[in-house]
Amino acid sequence: MNRSSRSLSETIRAVGPLWLAVMSSALLAAAAGIRGLPGLLLITIGVGTAVAVFARLRNRQTSQTVVAHDATGGNLQVLLRMIDRRTAIRMFGMSALFIGPMGGVPRALELLAGQQVPEETQSPFSRIRQWAMIIDLRYCDGCQSVGSPPRCTAACVEGHLLPEPMQWIEVFEDELEGEGTRFIPIPCQHCQNPPCVNVCPVGATFSTPEGLVLIDQERCIGCRICMAACPYDRRFFNWGEPPVPPEAHLAKYNLEAQVPALKGTVMKCDFCPDMVRAGTLPYCIQACPNQAIYYGDLEEDIATNGRQLVSMAAFSAEHNAFILKEELGTQPRVFYIPGHGEAVGRVPSRTGRLPTVWPWTRTAPGGDVWSR
Amino acid sequence: MESVNDWQARLEDTTLDPARKTTRNYYAFLFFLLAVTGWGVYAYSLQVRRGLVVTGMSDRISWGLYITMFVFFIGISHAGTLISAILRVSHAGWRTPVTRMAEFITAVALITGAFFVIVDLGRPDRLINVLVFGRWQSPIVWDVLAVTTYLTASVVYLYLPMVPDLAFFRDRQAPWVSRPKHMLYRILAINWRGTSDQKRHLRRAISIMMILIIPIAVSVHTVVSWIFAMTLREAWNSTIFGFFFVAGAIFSGIATLIVVMAILRRVYHLEEYITPRHFLYLGYLMAAMGGVMIYANLSEYITAGFKFEEGTEFLFRQLFIDEFAPYFWFYFIGGLMTPVVFMFIRRLRTIGGIVTAAVFVDLGMWVERYFIVVTGLRAPLLPYEPVNYAPTWVEWSITAGGFAFFALLITLFVKAFPIMAVWEMTEERREEFEEMVEYEHEFDGEEILASGVPDSAPEPETGGPP
Repeated sequence: MNRSSRSLSETIRAVGPLWLAVMSSALLAAAAGIRGLPGLLLITIGVGTAVAVFARLRNRQTSQTVVAHDATGGNLQVLLRMIDRRTAIRMFGMSALFIGPMGGVPRALELLAGQQVPEETQSPFSRIRQWAMIIDLRYCDGCQSVGSPPRCTAACVEGHLLPEPMQWIEVFEDELEGEGTRFIPIPCQHCQNPPCVNVCPVGATFSTPEGLVLIDQERCIGCRICMAACPYDRRFFNWGEPPVPPEAHLAKYNLEAQVPALKGTVMKCDFCPDMVRAGTLPYCIQACPNQAIYYGDLEEDIATNGRQLVSMAAFSAEHNAFILKEELGTQPRVFYIPGHGEAVGRVPSRTGRLPTVWPWTRTAPGGDVWSR
Repeated sequence: MESVNDWQARLEDTTLDPARKTTRNYYAFLFFLLAVTGWGVYAYSLQVRRGLVVTGMSDRISWGLYITMFVFFIGISHAGTLISAILRVSHAGWRTPVTRMAEFITAVALITGAFFVIVDLGRPDRLINVLVFGRWQSPIVWDVLAVTTYLTASVVYLYLPMVPDLAFFRDRQAPWVSRPKHMLYRILAINWRGTSDQKRHLRRAISIMMILIIPIAVSVHTVVSWIFAMTLREAWNSTIFGFFFVAGAIFSGIATLIVVMAILRRVYHLEEYITPRHFLYLGYLMAAMGGVMIYANLSEYITAGFKFEEGTEFLFRQLFIDEFAPYFWFYFIGGLMTPVVFMFIRRLRTIGGIVTAAVFVDLGMWVERYFIVVTGLRAPLLPYEPVNYAPTWVEWSITAGGFAFFALLITLFVKAFPIMAVWEMTEERREEFEEMVEYEHEFDGEEILASGVPDSAPEPETGGPP
């Protein structure tokens, strides 16, 4: 054996117990649910001390054995051999003394450092809602039967005070295989792998724990890379000074309602979490004359169109629900049930819908109008 | 034969001339550039007041001339890196007289390009958010990092080799002629005395910078292309984009250098130093990059066109046949083929021919940046009619202002700073001269020795371009 390998084995022998102590303490810390450096450090010291003390005690009694093993197996194995059942129990018991109060350590350190400890906002046992939408295309006829522009869009325009030409939920007319068309209302898809969030340079658009993609227009710099990135064409820019009705000027800007709109920033459908929290459904769902749109919570597996309750999973599966541009991997939260309005008596060959209008803008003085 | 000292004195005079004499034409040109830049500033102030509604952009084509200008100017900023760093690394001696101009184009083009990102913002007042809330995951932040790094590096790389020349300006411009000017040179020359110690440090600094700046330059245009390639758009969904943009950047950088070189040569009578050889070599480089660009285009469109996935038809139709066909074919034939063809034909391989080709390359590359931006956005994502984009007078004015600003900075630069690397050129000349003298001595000696057998006398090598 040459010198370098000898010194290597010596190093391993020296580091062995320490390594054992760190690893076991990390394991214990993880088991006790302790995060962060201070807890880990204290546990390491505790377990390390325990191991060292017992190793020393053992060493004194069986120094002969130690020497014998040292030649063959190194300190680590010696140490493992030294720890009999009783010693192990004692060691773990002693470690537990350290681990017990660990949970309070980070908090205590924060308090010592004078930091404000935020109140727990979510208990680990409470549900976090996972908002989603199911749009039943069998019931959507582009509001042909009621003879008006799509009501969902109109209600959204009125409710969110959208400048012309924004249609956060827009009813597109799509060619079917064979002949004829179908109508498909498309709001923001609230992707779980949102391309717009990924590219935003300032984090002005972000995902919420409830699975929504929102925009903070007070942070947006208007670079419009999110508009280039969105594969669903669902982002809208305030190219000019948006019209704002006098009463909206009184409102404090709220990113869940996006009122009042701000020049030079991006807007889009926000899924109305504020309305749902208040116990009502979003504007578009309330306004749909055929109850084609369901809103619900994937976590609780329940959705409603205002008339009936369905299980999201069962309802989607039974009616072959699909998502838009699945191949892009954006994982949308809007599910579609295939159809072309047949449930409300529409035939595919009956094409065309009335164009959306922005009547509320007449009451708001000023404001620019641009084209999509 | 003319001594090196005489030669140096003449070179120094030529370099000092722009700073000493200012013609009426210069003021007229300066005024013109200031007027155009001012008009651009006015148009921008209007845009700030009224919002981007004054432009032709809309939700469905949300980027236009401004982003085109950004990509184009960041592109031509590669002039300096290529000529200066790559040729310095490869010890191409002929580059010396043109390096200063190339490096200056780099710095100026970067400043101009970076301005256009700000011009494109909907909320320029919140620019600081990029620093406060910047997310490293965003391609825009990669760009901010890359462009600012490159600007810093290229300003340093412009400044370092200029220090001895600034000292020369300091020494040659008497303080009583213009006190502020003298002060400026004295500060910028950082006490350069030309000692061997200083020279050693300078050489070391330059060689560190020239190696450092090459990967920085490549990274810059790569991340510029990633602004597009990182989005889910069919037209931009390409792995070749980074390389393609870098190649295009070097290509248009060389072209811009040729044009600027030709203008300064004519205006400031630099014919002795910037010779047809420089145009020829740069022309060859430009043609080679043209070949690379043709290859990159073929590779890009053939792989897409063979498979012909959904959406490709729309893109190909608008690019090759319909709306953008004139732009594309002008770019492909005018911008890419011209330099290659011109360099093959002996009669067109003149300064005039090469400058013409360079102008075509610049125009072609500008048009390419334009149609890459606009065609990619124009392809409809959902069942709606594709919209069209027509820049408004505000956009054109700001664009013109941008070009004028670029020219303005160059015009001001040549007035204040040495446009050629006098010390490097002199050193090289001195080395050449010494070699020549040595050679002549050897030659004389051999002739005496070999006087008995005249046939064996070595023939003197004939110089000239290969």
